[in-house]
Amino acid sequence: MDKQKRLIVIFLAALALAILPLLLQAAGNFWVRIADTALLYVLLALGLNIVVGYAGLLDLGFVAFFAIGAYTFGLLASPHLPENFAWIAQQFGDSLHTPVWLVIPIGAAVAGVFGILLGAPTLKLRGDYLAIVTLGFGEIIRVFLNNLDQPVNITNGPKGISQIDSVRFFNIEFARALDITEDYAINSVTLYYYLFLLLVVASVIICHRLELSRIGRAWMAIREDEIAAKAMGINTRNMKLLAFGMGATFGGVSGVMFAAFQGFISPESFSLMESVMIVAMVVLGGIGHLPGVILGAVLLSALPEVLRWVSGVIDLQAVTGGRLDAAILRQLLIALAMIIVMLLRPRGLWPTPEHGKSLQRLNGAKKGGAA
Amino acid sequence: MTDTVLRVAGISKRFGGLQALSDVGLTIQRGQVYGLIGPNGAGKTTFFNVITGLYTPDSGTFELAGKPYTPSAVHEVAKAGIARTFQNIRLFADMTALENVMVGRHVRTRSGLIGAVLRSPKFKEEERQIADRAHELLEYVGIARLADYKARTLSYGDQRRLEIARALATDPQLIALDEPAAGMNSTEKVVLRELIDRIRKDGRTILLIEHDVKLVMGLCDRVTVLDYGKQIAEGSPYDVQRDEKVIEAYLGHSHKPTTQAAGGKAE
Repeated sequence: MDKQKRLIVIFLAALALAILPLLLQAAGNFWVRIADTALLYVLLALGLNIVVGYAGLLDLGFVAFFAIGAYTFGLLASPHLPENFAWIAQQFGDSLHTPVWLVIPIGAAVAGVFGILLGAPTLKLRGDYLAIVTLGFGEIIRVFLNNLDQPVNITNGPKGISQIDSVRFFNIEFARALDITEDYAINSVTLYYYLFLLLVVASVIICHRLELSRIGRAWMAIREDEIAAKAMGINTRNMKLLAFGMGATFGGVSGVMFAAFQGFISPESFSLMESVMIVAMVVLGGIGHLPGVILGAVLLSALPEVLRWVSGVIDLQAVTGGRLDAAILRQLLIALAMIIVMLLRPRGLWPTPEHGKSLQRLNGAKKGGAA
Repeated sequence: MTDTVLRVAGISKRFGGLQALSDVGLTIQRGQVYGLIGPNGAGKTTFFNVITGLYTPDSGTFELAGKPYTPSAVHEVAKAGIARTFQNIRLFADMTALENVMVGRHVRTRSGLIGAVLRSPKFKEEERQIADRAHELLEYVGIARLADYKARTLSYGDQRRLEIARALATDPQLIALDEPAAGMNSTEKVVLRELIDRIRKDGRTILLIEHDVKLVMGLCDRVTVLDYGKQIAEGSPYDVQRDEKVIEAYLGHSHKPTTQAAGGKAE
């Protein structure tokens, strides 16, 4: 009975998620694009949740891994490297076209390695101190990307990398609409939506399984009390590095997808503000609780776009005599929302349930019985 | 019952100008409850932290169940077989009681990242065993009904017992309790005493650091008394209570004897 109910819920949710872009597509590609971005942020938030939510290591430079993933794909699937290095051009022709299914694991691995590199010197730090160091790390990566156009042009500096390949699986070219029948086609953005959704679902499953495992429990033990965790025989050094590495991996995959989706990347996209937003998503949604984290990511990434649309429709600028525009309104409302949520629901919008499984079932049964 | 679980000798530890421990050693036989007592600041907790790897000693030899071990990292000591509880309870507050005990199984289980992500049959089997064992231990210390409550919502006495269950989950050779009766009322102390007694009867070896002299005298097979980082007496509780140096350490320098120490002495 209980299991059946769950299956039905999952089935309905899957159906809704599958139909959603087709409906949005009818309203305009703009809306699907918002959903795509939201999914990328969900992926990022899930990654950060491993570091912050499970292991309790406050990471304010998470966007660095997003950037590393994006630049991995940017460099491996664009004309940029052959243009600047003759030997690469000789070897591979005018443009690199590494297939995306190959770059996803590469990007994940590179980001993971950087995650461990960041983790290693910060092992003894906690809380605020760790936050400061990770914040610095995020900035270092961005500054490097911004300045590595000299002496040899690797990242093309502030100009960024353009003409990045789009995703191509088998014969499906994601950059073009997929014709189903003569007069019905699935748009490019919708195709990306399905790809991102697939990645998000896979990530949710991985996170959920990690959460309910020996590794997940060890991470949470470190979060709760590091000394006690050590006394229980947990090698906190390795576990922390694993958390940093795993979290970064998700960031890297998200970055690869971002680069393929946008076709253009520059250091501007990876500012400190992005890191702050990702942390806000995790905290606002419900730190350490997967549904909460997803909710937070969707809300904080989609809401600004919706606001922009709303203020466009009512022509906010004209109404307020130019004093208010979409960007200002967005910041204002997000700040306000954060304050309200933190006051009313300090553990997040959808926090971890208060008690373990059997009690929830018990309480549920009681409520059911009373009703 | 004569094999040795813990044999340490010649432990010294210095903090700057303070000689916290000088040449302390003890031998604990399997199945014993071994008491470590002494006035405040005698070095009990320092000794405890040295043998569990939290502090690095300046000198000393260590041997656990016949094998030498170096208390260089806390998690290695737990692996070697010493489990501990903390004077000021250190549970994983935001995890359930059951999860707390399950964490204790960490060191005796192996499954890693890949097994967890793929949910391999081996992983599932191990996970089931971990949960079963954790339930068993909660039952053992008498808080099975609280398995799904967050540790921070438990009462003080229950938190102490949960800590003991968590320590037992590591399958320790030696279980070291740091002032388990601290802050307990007399009813809770009786229950604790029964629990420690039961753990001993089940063949486990216990090192007990305690302020409550009555509890130590009633429970322990052997006792070591520390004062100013030196070992001033070692023996059965009966002998130790009559030791001149011990009486002086507890009573000699104060104007009024504390009721607790006097109670222990007057037996």
